[in-house]
Amino acid sequence: MAVDSGRYALTLSRRTRRRKLVNLLMQSLATIAALAAVAVLALVIGSVAQRGASALSWDFFTKTAATFGQGGGGVANALVGSFVIVGLGTAMAVPVGILIALYVSEFAPPGVGDLARLVLDVLNGLPSIIIGIFVYGLLVIGSGQAAWKGSFALAIIMLPLVARATQEVLALVPGTLREGALALGASRWRTVLGVVLPTSVGGILTGTVLAVARAAGETAPLLFTTSIAANAVTWDPRQPVLSIPYDIFVLSESADPADHARAWALGFVLISFVLVTSLTSRLLLVRYRKRLEG
Amino acid sequence: MDMDTMNGVAPIEIAQPREAPRSASERETVFETQGLTVSYGKAPAVSDVDLSIYRNLVTAIIGPSGCGKSTFLRSLNRMNDLVPSATVEGEVLYHGQNIYGDGVDPVEVRRRIGMVFQKPNPFPKSIYDNVAWGLRVLGMKDDLDSRVERALTQAALWDEVKDRLKKSAFSLSGGQQQRVCLARAIAVEPDVVLLDEPASALDPIATSKIEDLMHELKNEYTLVIVTHNMQQAARVADMTAFFTLERTESGGHGVLVEYDETPKIFTQPSDKRTEGYVTGRFG
Repeated sequence: MAVDSGRYALTLSRRTRRRKLVNLLMQSLATIAALAAVAVLALVIGSVAQRGASALSWDFFTKTAATFGQGGGGVANALVGSFVIVGLGTAMAVPVGILIALYVSEFAPPGVGDLARLVLDVLNGLPSIIIGIFVYGLLVIGSGQAAWKGSFALAIIMLPLVARATQEVLALVPGTLREGALALGASRWRTVLGVVLPTSVGGILTGTVLAVARAAGETAPLLFTTSIAANAVTWDPRQPVLSIPYDIFVLSESADPADHARAWALGFVLISFVLVTSLTSRLLLVRYRKRLEG
Repeated sequence: MDMDTMNGVAPIEIAQPREAPRSASERETVFETQGLTVSYGKAPAVSDVDLSIYRNLVTAIIGPSGCGKSTFLRSLNRMNDLVPSATVEGEVLYHGQNIYGDGVDPVEVRRRIGMVFQKPNPFPKSIYDNVAWGLRVLGMKDDLDSRVERALTQAALWDEVKDRLKKSAFSLSGGQQQRVCLARAIAVEPDVVLLDEPASALDPIATSKIEDLMHELKNEYTLVIVTHNMQQAARVADMTAFFTLERTESGGHGVLVEYDETPKIFTQPSDKRTEGYVTGRFG
């Protein structure tokens, strides 16, 4: 039965048709923007993998750079160097970061705790080149570069990450657990050590892993502190050593096209490391939160 | 209004003392509060309380919501210290010494005066470690196994958990968790155990287990229980204190209305407000 379009018409009028179009348009734009973000990530990973894959070989991982024109050679010194720098930096940042978090969430008076959180966030926002030049002025001028000085710079970058992540999981520990421990006649510190920290160890670990992933990719601070290195594998943190991000820069500046491929390959190694660590730590954190809250 | 405690105006059954009641003159005072006022910020939560708590008795604190009964209880082992805005005036004498006096260490206070909380709060550790943790912290490490067994037995939980002591305490039911918390509190051999509505999150069967335990435990400990379940107070307590909310221009604060032997509070209260509360006319 044909219905005259009166006041009960269910078909679109001109005005509502326009509204519907605007709605569709905005929805599409938002979706495209979101897809673009995913596409950029996929493109970066894809192109790095594609260009670098050819240079991945056993030699790549086990040898140091070959003399120019001889071909072959690898980036073993950069891999070991990054391991030493980041490892040492983690060893410096994690204990201090945890202590800061404990102060903020367990011991500080309320106002001071908020201030400390703000300071940590500001520190987290400092450009890494500023931290690099600061450590350069503090430690490098006069006595030269060393791996541990790079570690120190990375530790400054990691510190707010570890402290904020830890402080956030400490805030998830129910107050009733602390009360239960204190009511037994435990001191504040024993309560923290015996009940609060073990409860939050999962979250602290994930925060640490995220900080490691971030530090592994930092280039600027290492430029100032540990970049002029011998072409040999060294585990000695008192020597300047090569690192993955800095070696990517050096290789990409090289005249030898084979080095460009090595730069891509090294980039692929770094990106894989960062991706895997970030993803696993986030998965762990989600599981951990569920356990604590559920 | 605590409507949940008012299941009609059922006649309240009063516990028959299992032993001859200690005469008033034989009682040994554990706590004596004098003009105790606890405030959060500027607002007093409970005001001017004078109350004596006696050894090896169960003392119940009853009253409507917001009357300051939990605040009062928490002031007996300085748990209110953890609330930054809380201030205490007056004195809490524990065996004659003011627990808020100079040089008194709140940690020492709490190791003598244990507490069980409203919601079971076992540590995320094994059943065994929950009970053993306090013992280890306080250096009572000799015979750890038998101390843990004794505490769990006293909490009437040993038979239920003896085969799974290494399992997480979270694997237990709510009532069992609360008994773990009780075992944890008594393992460190306190003098007093404070119980802050210990059964309010439990079902009736678990509740009755906790209540039975209190009859046993008072032989060794002095127990103070906050409850808004009047039947529970009548069943377990030797002495009952009734608090109420006194409305003032600036809001209101809790006051102690009447304190006496439990049968008297429930059958011949001397204050109209007590009578109104225990007969269910207000709450």
